[in-house]
Amino acid sequence: MSKQASNAVQLWDFPGGIHPPERKQLANRTPIAHLPLPSVLYIPLRQHLGSAGNILVQPGDTVLRGQALTEPGHTGGLPVHAPTSGTVQAIIDHPSNHPSMLAEPCIQLIPDGLHNSVAFEPISNPFEATALSLLQHIQQAGIAGMGGAGFPTAQKLAQSRRIELLIINGVECEPYIVSDDRLMREHAATIVRGSLLIGHILGNPAIVIAVEDNKPEAIQALEHALTQLDSQQAEQISLRVVPTKYPSGGEKQLIQVLTGKQVPARGYPAHIGIIMQNVGTAFAVARAIDHGEPLMERVVTLTGEAFAQPGTVWGLLGTPIAHLLTHAGLQTEAQQRIIVGGPMMGFTVTDLQIPITKTTNCLLAPTTTEIPAKRQELACIRCGACEQVCPASILPQQLYWLARAKDHDGLAQHHLSDCIECGACAYVCPSEIPLVHYYRQAKADIREAHIEQQKAEIARQRFEARQARLQREKEERLERHRQAAEARQKALAAREREHAQQAEPAAPNAPAAASDDPQKAKVAAAIARAKAKKAAQQVQQQSQQGDSESS
Amino acid sequence: MSFYIASSPHAHQRRTTQHIMLWVLLALIPGLAAQCYFFGWGPLLQITVAVTVALITEAVILIVREKPLRATLGDFSAVVTAVLLAISIPPLAPWWVIVIGTLFSIGIVKHVYGGIGQNVFNPAMAGYVLLLISFPVQMTSWMPPSTLATFELNFIDSLWLFFTQYTSEGYSLEQVRLIELTQSLDAIVMATPLDEIKTQLSQGYTLTEIKRSDVFSGIAGTGWLWVNLGYLVGGLLLLYKRIIQWHIPVALLASLAFFAALGSLFAADQLPGVSLHLLSGGAMLAAFFIATDPVSAATSNRGKLVYAALIGMLIYIIRTWGGYPDAIAFAVLLANMCVPVIDYYTRPRAYGHGGKAL
Repeated sequence: MSKQASNAVQLWDFPGGIHPPERKQLANRTPIAHLPLPSVLYIPLRQHLGSAGNILVQPGDTVLRGQALTEPGHTGGLPVHAPTSGTVQAIIDHPSNHPSMLAEPCIQLIPDGLHNSVAFEPISNPFEATALSLLQHIQQAGIAGMGGAGFPTAQKLAQSRRIELLIINGVECEPYIVSDDRLMREHAATIVRGSLLIGHILGNPAIVIAVEDNKPEAIQALEHALTQLDSQQAEQISLRVVPTKYPSGGEKQLIQVLTGKQVPARGYPAHIGIIMQNVGTAFAVARAIDHGEPLMERVVTLTGEAFAQPGTVWGLLGTPIAHLLTHAGLQTEAQQRIIVGGPMMGFTVTDLQIPITKTTNCLLAPTTTEIPAKRQELACIRCGACEQVCPASILPQQLYWLARAKDHDGLAQHHLSDCIECGACAYVCPSEIPLVHYYRQAKADIREAHIEQQKAEIARQRFEARQARLQREKEERLERHRQAAEARQKALAAREREHAQQAEPAAPNAPAAASDDPQKAKVAAAIARAKAKKAAQQVQQQSQQGDSESS
Repeated sequence: MSFYIASSPHAHQRRTTQHIMLWVLLALIPGLAAQCYFFGWGPLLQITVAVTVALITEAVILIVREKPLRATLGDFSAVVTAVLLAISIPPLAPWWVIVIGTLFSIGIVKHVYGGIGQNVFNPAMAGYVLLLISFPVQMTSWMPPSTLATFELNFIDSLWLFFTQYTSEGYSLEQVRLIELTQSLDAIVMATPLDEIKTQLSQGYTLTEIKRSDVFSGIAGTGWLWVNLGYLVGGLLLLYKRIIQWHIPVALLASLAFFAALGSLFAADQLPGVSLHLLSGGAMLAAFFIATDPVSAATSNRGKLVYAALIGMLIYIIRTWGGYPDAIAFAVLLANMCVPVIDYYTRPRAYGHGGKAL
């Protein structure tokens, strides 16, 4: 499909958006480099959204490249694989590649330098294979979405809904990052192949590969790859060039640009018959199916003016970022900012031993002239610039006031949960208010309040259940005692009747006398009542003692 | 080696509040230049005093409120308020008028509500209304355009008038405002074109007759046409530099033009037409510089359209049927009051909330 034809198709626009300096040329002019092996790898058990798998290796084990180190447990999860051959040194807690840098379980692998691989098992004739077998293969290869949050790919593709459109996202709208750009330039055919394989799994929907118009070389490479397809496949798949605007690479925004549709709030693209995958994921799927290779490495952009040799590299999963930074010639300043991800959505880290994971697409080290330190936050002047750029059409300014007031109901009404944290609002704010920071904090507060509320609800239910149980037990006890007392009274009465019968022959006139003397009979009855009462009291006392002992 | 910790986004556009306010001040220059050309040194004198009073007032209040002094003073928002007020009042109104107005704008309208970003009303316009209601004589003593004036005022005379109400030669402000002495020695005193129309219409003249007066030249008032064109140029500069969005100016002018056209349609000789409304008085200043004050305007794009259209309509109503010749300040303040309601009903539909809920 020619560029003219692909551009002739209608595109839509999303509201807002910004045009920050792209700075892509810093790193996209050299091919993706291979690094020397690092001296140690810290392979996190969990590099995706979801639970970690079960560990298959022990310290001291020798492993080969591509060997699974974990397997999915009964709660799901994705396996991780050894990216090179070596020895498992330990299974330890190591700082994580996360804004918190909290320690998490990692497999510490010492490479032996031989890079010996297991025998990979490709799937021949994958287009003949069932979707289920391909999904299992993708799951076993440990593939998670490589563009964003790292959602397990097989899980995303295992759709019961009918999918009409598969979007392969090569937009890469965040400034500086060029990982997808380089991958598309160098491996366009593999990406197209992976896209078709994913399409096969989804029951052959239409496939659109979307690229921003600031990547002419990548567009050219993909166009060339598409011309190599047979006519049937060429009809199924097309390339769409979208205008450069941040954040057009966001899942929801790209869907709006390509289809004019919006993903319903709290819904997934699959709800409107769309699935989106990153070009890196399509590449990994093709490698896994055609070569049997699990996900062991990914393209990482090393960029920013603090690097002497910025560029892109193949980073083995688990490589400490220090290894990559050194390779690219990082010259640190006094207050160096090391950002994992891009300048809009990345997070700063302070520990250079954190590992590369399946979702680490960029390490950005800007100089302070390039990205100056934050200035003092000033008062909001309600200029509304934030609202002009918000791609989610929410009111950043109102959310800011509500977040400061901790008005959780108001935040919900103003759709805080629809904020994608793209940072466009904070980018344009003339008062330099860290708006996204406020929203994240508010979201965390709401989450916490929600958890607290759930906890309180459970505690209340338990308390009420306990009160009910105590009440029930007390009533049962009283009922038992009442019955016991009654039984005793009956027994007493029966015994008295027996006594009376025994006395009858000796005093045959007694009834007559009794009837003759009602006074006497009344006295006898009173005595009997007094006795019965005493007996009942005794029983009660005993039972109370019993109570106090038992309680 | 220490690392810098920050929350995303790390990049920033670096267009600060200060930057915005400086552009607003810069964009005022063409209109201000026209004003000075036609009405003398007065506006500059007013601005000098207003800015000085505004900065001192703001500084004192910031100190009392224990707020950061330099960051807030340096954002130039007080300067913009002071300048807008200063160019809105008659050029040679006595010095104490602008002092009181500025004190009220900054001290009460801005800071009593919590300072920058918190004020409900446009500070300059609230100050203007206070002055107009309190000192109607001083606030309606407009100068004739220099092309019509009998007296030529130099800088020294202006200074004398500003501070003492008399020139160094002893002429009063009333005297220098004369544009001609008729045979019967009736002094014709200059009024603004809109004022002139209002007075003459009430005396039974038709618009065609009124517009033959020297106060009018061509389509609008003498001098005022150029003043308005000057502010239009400045406003277009702000639009071009994306300091303001198009919504407010366009909606305000369109609404004013719509009602003016409607009026001329029904009573062409009794009601001033579109060009007079758009190019006389403070229409352009209001559209580009006053109604666009972000703090007191509506926030969403649709809200801004409603807000500005409301101002345009109110300007027309007050100019036509109200007791005051111009209406910008009242219209803006009335619209300011409606902002919370406008904001409530014009919230944009958030992404994904269009269809049926899941």
